[in-house]
Amino acid sequence: MSEAATATTLDPARHAYSMPLDQIDVSDPELFRTNSFWPYFERLRREDPVHYTRDSAYGPYWAITKYKDIMQVETSHQVFSSDTGLGGITIQDGNAKLGLPMFIAMDPPKHDIQRKTVSPIVSPENLAKLEGTIRGRVGMILDGLPVNETFDWVERVSIELTTQMLATLFDFPWEDRRKLTRWSDVATAEPGSGIIDSWEQKMAEVKECGDYFARLWNERVNAPPGNDLVSMMAHSDAMRHMSPEEFLGNLLLLIVGGNDTTRNSISGGLLALNENPAEYRKLRDNPELIASMVPEIIRWQTPLAHMRRTAKVDTVLGGKTIKAGDKVVMWYVSGNRDEDAIERPNDFIIDRARPRQHLSFGFGIHRCVGNRLAELQLKIVWEEILKRWPDKQIEVMAEPRRVHSSFVKGYETLPVRIPA
Amino acid sequence: MSTIIFIENNGTRHETDITDGHSVMEGAIANMVPGIDADCGGACACATCHIYVDEAWMARLPDKTEMEVSLLDFAPHVQDNSRLACQIKVSPELAGMVVHLPEAQH
Repeated sequence: MSEAATATTLDPARHAYSMPLDQIDVSDPELFRTNSFWPYFERLRREDPVHYTRDSAYGPYWAITKYKDIMQVETSHQVFSSDTGLGGITIQDGNAKLGLPMFIAMDPPKHDIQRKTVSPIVSPENLAKLEGTIRGRVGMILDGLPVNETFDWVERVSIELTTQMLATLFDFPWEDRRKLTRWSDVATAEPGSGIIDSWEQKMAEVKECGDYFARLWNERVNAPPGNDLVSMMAHSDAMRHMSPEEFLGNLLLLIVGGNDTTRNSISGGLLALNENPAEYRKLRDNPELIASMVPEIIRWQTPLAHMRRTAKVDTVLGGKTIKAGDKVVMWYVSGNRDEDAIERPNDFIIDRARPRQHLSFGFGIHRCVGNRLAELQLKIVWEEILKRWPDKQIEVMAEPRRVHSSFVKGYETLPVRIPA
Repeated sequence: MSTIIFIENNGTRHETDITDGHSVMEGAIANMVPGIDADCGGACACATCHIYVDEAWMARLPDKTEMEVSLLDFAPHVQDNSRLACQIKVSPELAGMVVHLPEAQH
């Protein structure tokens, strides 16, 4: 949007509906930082659901905004490729310009083989084993929170818990675990977001991550097979011969996948409940609603706003002709608010009939491999919160600061207070 | 209507009558059978309506599509008689079919 800088100072709803349709560019990170993107998607869903944006900071792309069209792209992986060589899975070419291969950004058959190497870490048996560990850590984190004093929920709870989880899955040196948080933030960042200043800085920090993990790999490849992700890859026939680039790419995929997303759903859930106090009361009256609230939080938050594909052949979607080579962006954040697929989609309702029907995990062969672990963490967080504060509402004290990104949809800070 | 029998992982048995032409997944949801998540709503786009079909009925089922094969390939605890319930339409030919549910849907 050429006038993006001014757009945010205008009433976004009026601006979204008054500007020429063909000028709409929903990829501007500023729209996400200011939380003003909603009416643009609403207009596209109504007037031009498969929308071509000619000019954007990321080049031309198709914006897919309706649930059913997104589902069609998701389930047509022969037509819509995830391959890094064609552009990868983010609107920014090369997977947020990392330029590294990783299995989320591969097509079959290689994708299938690598995915199956790491998926046992989130098997039902392993999740059952992790449950006690997660509960113990959540308890410690919550018990350490100050009462009657404003603090940052993102820093103290969301980041700390997801970083501890990730350190466990990698069997990563505990005292260095915040490096994982930093690498996760860096992996999806672009200059100007406040996280990195230049692409060179990004690549330098990514290299540091690669060097650190290369040491862990070398230790573990010569040790008996363990149950952590690094050891699983080092001892797998399918993955032990990966190039250093592919190893680093897959690491970053697992770091971002296991970190940013759950972090922002942990923060988003508390925000949603504060914006909807009647739902918070409903939850306190009936903690069993946690089971249906967890997928509702993940829908409502949609921690990754989009995934991208590249058309391999000419194809028709929603009546529009998409050419081979075109960039196709599935806006999960829009599909999750599509009134033709979800009843009262803009409302946060913790006891929906079919809460699991949302796009946040994606669908098809690239569906989030850690979805049940993410849900488990959220479930335990809320069980332990309600155990400690059954009749109190943890209060959001100010607007959160939102991430400057149209990929990671999340929060940098969320000031809250636990009443005395 | 044809009868389909669901057996939960803990052994609980649910005898359901499902409208012919509906999928086994839709029938399970309509009859409130626990243990079928059906996250994608029947689009053959996840694997959260994974079932084990009693051997006696396997031969009467339609072949798996390429997508069903791929999705089952990624699901945990897959056996030769694993299917996705959304891909099986109920018909009088399947009346009495017994299906077992996995411990959890992933």
